Amino acid sequence: MSLDRIFSIAGSALSAQTVRMNTTASNMANASTVASSEGEAYRAKRTNFKAVLVDQARGQGGPVTGGVQVTHLLSDPSPIRRMNDPGNPLADKEGFVYMSNVNEMTEMVEMMGASRSYQNNVEVVNTARLLMSKTLDLIKT
Amino acid sequence: MNTIDKALGISAQALGMRSRRMEVLSQNIANADTPNFKARDIKFGHVLQSVADNGLRATASSHFSVAEESPTPGVMYRVPFNNSFDGNTVELNIEQAQYGQAAAEYQATLNILENRVNGLKRALRGD
Repeated sequence: MSLDRIFSIAGSALSAQTVRMNTTASNMANASTVASSEGEAYRAKRTNFKAVLVDQARGQGGPVTGGVQVTHLLSDPSPIRRMNDPGNPLADKEGFVYMSNVNEMTEMVEMMGASRSYQNNVEVVNTARLLMSKTLDLIKT
Repeated sequence: MNTIDKALGISAQALGMRSRRMEVLSQNIANADTPNFKARDIKFGHVLQSVADNGLRATASSHFSVAEESPTPGVMYRVPFNNSFDGNTVELNIEQAQYGQAAAEYQATLNILENRVNGLKRALRGD
């Protein structure tokens, strides 16, 4: 019976999209973070998705069969902006602070994408649940 | 047991195939944002053909029945209408439509099966 496998597949997607939404929220929260050097400045984080192969999942004996997983978080390589703000306590000797490289527009798009994908997978679960209960009704009187 | 299997006909196997297709499509939807993921689908005709041509059959009473979990033939990669930058070939609208179709087909097969089960029940009850 592979209908029950749909639950774990869509479930893995739901948790992966949740990680993506969390990452976006963290980026948004840190959009105006400043630091006193380029190395310390906040860089936007991106999630990297990878398909779970069915054989691989079977080998582990885990409940996930052929879903998706987040392998690691990447840092956005785009350049860090420098701002002259001598009054800031974090300013370096020349009076510069280093802004994060978070782009709010990109984050909004990312958030919308994650939310849509999440909704799609919820629909998949709903349909599978409905069909499963109908199949179980078969043995009712 | 064998008699019941015969009475249910191909519908029981077809139901398994339909749910297998839904599983493959749900994998596509789950991996809609995975770079380099290639969307797959199952062609019903191919599965039917392979079962008719060279499927394993129990020709003697000592033969074991074929395991249900054997890898399904007919799983193929989908050709996308538009290429995407990250090598992903999942087109979400198409996958949604296909998933809806697969769910409807599952229900259709289920209805046929339900009729057969009801017929059997009536025969057993004898009224």
